[in-house]
Amino acid sequence: MNQLHSFVVKEFRHIFRDVRTMMILLVLPVVMVLLFGYVITPEVKDIRLAVVDLSRDDLTQQVVDRFAQNRYFHLTGTAGNPTQGRAMLENGQADMVLVFGEHFAEQLVHSREASVQLLLDGSEPNQAAARAAYAQQLLLAVAQELSATMGVEPRFQIQPVTHALFNPHLRSEFNFVPGNMGMILMLICAMMTSVSIVREKEMGTMEVLLASPLPPLVIIIAKLVPYFVISFINLVTILVLCKYLLALPFAGSLWAFMGISVIYLVVSLALGLLISTLVRTQLAAMILSLLLIIPTIYFSGMTFPIESMPVMYQHVASFIPARWYVAAVRKLMIQGVEVQHVARETLVLATMALVLVSLSLATFKKRL
Amino acid sequence: MDQPIVIVNDVRKRYRRVEALRGVSMQVDEGEIFGLIGPDGAGKTSLLRILATLLLADGGTATVDGLDVRRDYRRIRQRIGYMPGRFSLYQDLTVQENLEFFATTFNTTIEHNRHLIDDIYQHIERFKRRRAGKLSGGMKQKLALCCALIHAPRVLLLDEPTTGVDPVSRKEFWEMLFKLRDRHGISILVSTPYMDEAMKCDRIALTQDGRFLTINTPQAITSSYAKSLWSVRSDRMHALLDDLRQWPGADTVFSFGETYHVTIKNGHDSEQLRSHIAHRGHNDIHIERIDASIEDAFMALGDNNTANVTL
Repeated sequence: MNQLHSFVVKEFRHIFRDVRTMMILLVLPVVMVLLFGYVITPEVKDIRLAVVDLSRDDLTQQVVDRFAQNRYFHLTGTAGNPTQGRAMLENGQADMVLVFGEHFAEQLVHSREASVQLLLDGSEPNQAAARAAYAQQLLLAVAQELSATMGVEPRFQIQPVTHALFNPHLRSEFNFVPGNMGMILMLICAMMTSVSIVREKEMGTMEVLLASPLPPLVIIIAKLVPYFVISFINLVTILVLCKYLLALPFAGSLWAFMGISVIYLVVSLALGLLISTLVRTQLAAMILSLLLIIPTIYFSGMTFPIESMPVMYQHVASFIPARWYVAAVRKLMIQGVEVQHVARETLVLATMALVLVSLSLATFKKRL
Repeated sequence: MDQPIVIVNDVRKRYRRVEALRGVSMQVDEGEIFGLIGPDGAGKTSLLRILATLLLADGGTATVDGLDVRRDYRRIRQRIGYMPGRFSLYQDLTVQENLEFFATTFNTTIEHNRHLIDDIYQHIERFKRRRAGKLSGGMKQKLALCCALIHAPRVLLLDEPTTGVDPVSRKEFWEMLFKLRDRHGISILVSTPYMDEAMKCDRIALTQDGRFLTINTPQAITSSYAKSLWSVRSDRMHALLDDLRQWPGADTVFSFGETYHVTIKNGHDSEQLRSHIAHRGHNDIHIERIDASIEDAFMALGDNNTANVTL
């Protein structure tokens, strides 16, 4: 016990004396959450709209006015012909060009059908699709209004009224925060643990430790404890930020959330331990831990939904700890389900923890 | 009590391509300083690591304090003090913190074995709040020795403890080893590439290419050097080497700093040597009879076994 205590104290001294690393450890999660949850949002707003009006009449003016009043759009200018409009897209003056044909009003009045053309910058397909959807919605609304004022019965129409449960405003941070927690905790636990063990190998101190009567288990536990504590602090920091800054609902049980997070931490720490038994240099440990982040990003469901992956990739994803953690956090944080609904995720993560811990204990070398 | 504290019997170790130890045997008696003398790559570190239970030998057996290095490695680790060749303490911890950490690692306290390290620790005590990384080379080695001694080991295994240390600190370090042997009866197995340090050991093993050339007291090794040895100098040292080697009476010729050490075959003498090199146009010729050093013995022994020796 005495050995373990003094070893843990030593580990904390290493951490506290390396001020730069400590700052990174404590500040990185805050920056990541703020960056992804607050600043970088995939929502579309401030769409710069240019108008090419070849019809030039009351009707087109009404449509343009409606766009100008909408809070997602603002009018950046008008162009004399479609070519000029296209030029505005090309040189980045506008995100979208609305083109009214020469006979827009005429067609609308006589045949009750008229087309407008939407030119979009398709180089960012996600954004372009979202912008087009906004514009179509708005056009639909305008069309209904116009038919009302013109005293024409609108044709049969089925208007879907969507209501997104748990996240009525479809706020992106609801998706990114759980994903980020999975990523940050994995990064800190795996990287810091593996680097700190490999550093002892690189500095030659491992040789002295191994030649001492210190049981390998004490070395391992002493290496895990400090990073467990730091990741736990990170976890709490992220939670506080989510609740008070991003105003996430936090609908589920806090205890269940903490419980599954602790299991996830153990999995990540064990991965770090495993890496440290495989490599000899700090650089290699760092690269290997960073490589761990890639599947975490792509297979956790944070960027791409698991369900829409090819079946083979879905199987791959089920080996990624973050995939289960992110799913559980989503359920607990956003949906606010009861604990029994995350039983599967908990079980999978607990199994992973058990396997990885025993594997890394078995491979930890008792000699050089 | 009479049993040797370290017994090495036909130990072999091979790394992928290199054969580090080709079957070595030796014994370290209780309370003696045993030196492993030899150049880099001779296999000294491998042997020390095997005895420190850090490496497994590929063949042969070894015991430390009666315990097998393979089976009883846990108990051996309680009884040895190991100092690796590279400075292996925590550079970002202070002198005191390092010492305390290693004390608790061995389930003991600084106070408990204070008497063992007192002589050494007083050299570094005034720096106890300084980080180990900021100590001079000599100070680092003294701290490392303190850390290796803190649990009162029966044997010290020291891998090139004086490499990269200034001459004054080297001398001090050896005086510390003498005190540990004389006052506390600690057995010490030390490796060094410095031939002058060989004379300070009770017994030495001259080591080369994974083999022991000979094991004896340094005095016995130098006095058994039967051939008469001569130191030769002239005004044209570069040409002298070839001229000496071409003389039929020369048995061995080795460069030793500013002179050449030459042994002469039976039936030849130093006057013949002088006339030979004078005939080759050398002036300022100095030839004197000298006593053999460990280095001469090493060269001669090594020469018998392998064709080319360079030190």
